Amino acid sequence: MSILIDKPGILTTLQDLGRNGFRRFGVNQNGVMDKIAVRLVNSLLGNDENEAVLEMHFPAAEIQFEAPTVFALGGADFAAELNQAPVENWRLYAAEKNSVLKFTNKTFGNRLYLAIKRGFKTEKWLGSASTNLKAGIGGFKGRRLQKNDRVEFNHELRMTNDEFNFKISNSLVPFYSKFPTVRCLAGAEFDLLDGQSKEKFVNENFTVTQSSDRMGFRLQGVTLYLSKPTELVSSAVNFGTIQLLPAGQLIVLMADHQTSGGYPRIAHVIPTDLPLLAQLGTNDKVAFHLISIEKAENLLMKLENDLKLLRLACKFRQLTNAFD
Amino acid sequence: MRAQLYKIFPLGIDALTIEFGNRISAELNDKTLDLFRYFETNPFAGLIETVPAYCSLSIFYEVRSVRKNYPEFLTAFEAVQELVKTALQNLTELPKPAPRLIEIPVNFKGDFAPDLEFVAASNNLTCQKVIEIFTAQTYRVFMIGFLPAFAYLGEIDAAIGAPRKSTPRLKVPRGSVGIAGRQTGIYPFDSPGGWQIIGNTDFKLFTPENETPCALQAGDLVKFYASNR
Repeated sequence: MSILIDKPGILTTLQDLGRNGFRRFGVNQNGVMDKIAVRLVNSLLGNDENEAVLEMHFPAAEIQFEAPTVFALGGADFAAELNQAPVENWRLYAAEKNSVLKFTNKTFGNRLYLAIKRGFKTEKWLGSASTNLKAGIGGFKGRRLQKNDRVEFNHELRMTNDEFNFKISNSLVPFYSKFPTVRCLAGAEFDLLDGQSKEKFVNENFTVTQSSDRMGFRLQGVTLYLSKPTELVSSAVNFGTIQLLPAGQLIVLMADHQTSGGYPRIAHVIPTDLPLLAQLGTNDKVAFHLISIEKAENLLMKLENDLKLLRLACKFRQLTNAFD
Repeated sequence: MRAQLYKIFPLGIDALTIEFGNRISAELNDKTLDLFRYFETNPFAGLIETVPAYCSLSIFYEVRSVRKNYPEFLTAFEAVQELVKTALQNLTELPKPAPRLIEIPVNFKGDFAPDLEFVAASNNLTCQKVIEIFTAQTYRVFMIGFLPAFAYLGEIDAAIGAPRKSTPRLKVPRGSVGIAGRQTGIYPFDSPGGWQIIGNTDFKLFTPENETPCALQAGDLVKFYASNR
């Protein structure tokens, strides 16, 4: 049993929450750009949060279900239709055999996730199903999906949509916006910015440029200056690290970032706000707000607790369904 | 180790970096690798992984797990920072493993070495002399980064040093051996790159099927030899 890719879309890859433990070999995490969206849809389906999903960009794929299953969409909204009937994000749907899922319009955001109940059949590389496009390994044959690819899944599931009228509460969905303010921690070299540049970093807006991809988002905005020129030897960087390039512009490192870098680290976007950034596209704007580590950790703990409650609620719901 | 000899700062909410300095030196790299080995043998609850660089170690951890296991600290960052300070006090007691020596064949001929003549000319040497100087020395693997399995090796003799290309190549073939400043390195994949390419090797740096996918690791020693393979 499988899904068949009728049209591949511009960039469709198989990803999970990322590959850990091999950064010291230059193997970065990869994985989905919007982790919270994926944790939500997997939880809704009763899956492990780390179950592999398809990450799509617009124009997105056209997908045929070759066997019945249950799926959910999350992240961006590309006006999905299952056999011409509209499909909402964050809700469970039954896909019958030979039904076709299409994405008709880019309504909001830039990265959409398709997860199916009990997951796709994947071959893990170094413990993860994520695609490393650079090394050409992991995920689906180490590459983006192409026309006529078949992604296998593990279980046929016959259900009707009446059996689970079930949606994730809006309060749990990230507060997406085309112009978000994302919270960050100051980076090791923040204090090397001159006084005016420090203020500009938090007071000005920055625009996502066309040279932005899964590796990093290059931003365009006021030029920022260091108080004196600084050469750094390479060291590790992180998903969400904001670096200052030599010409005074910023780049935010995203899921496919290199493991190490030598540009000044101005700040680090906190994980609770990374999804807001991950959904931006060309010409969208972003503003930065610095917060303390203590506050950032508390935000993360609250998110983790909310996700835990959601997982429990979805599991409980499944149990009660089983006894109906 | 005295407190002023290192800096600790957050690298995001789920990681911190211990920096021993900001220069390429075997001494600072040794300290980095000592601390790396300490956490390999003494992992703490919530540790994800540690990543050694030239003169800094970054520690990635699970915030939730660290906070649960070290409730006496206000933040996970403080808890891990304290673990690092304890580790640094205990470093001297660790035995140092003997470094591995890995010999790598390099073809320095023709198309395999598109920048060899430039490196030779800019240092007023013959190509043959550049190869002699380059292969005479044993290099240290300072760190792996940039690409999977890309090893930063150093330092090359100042007599054959060369700056990066002003315009990087769009495609440097896999196996290319390059020079940038006093560093040398090998491209494990076809990749864009700005290093001066002086040879090519068929030595397999990256074997994805292996549990340890990378043939080299930080702390290894590497010696190149000329080969026509």
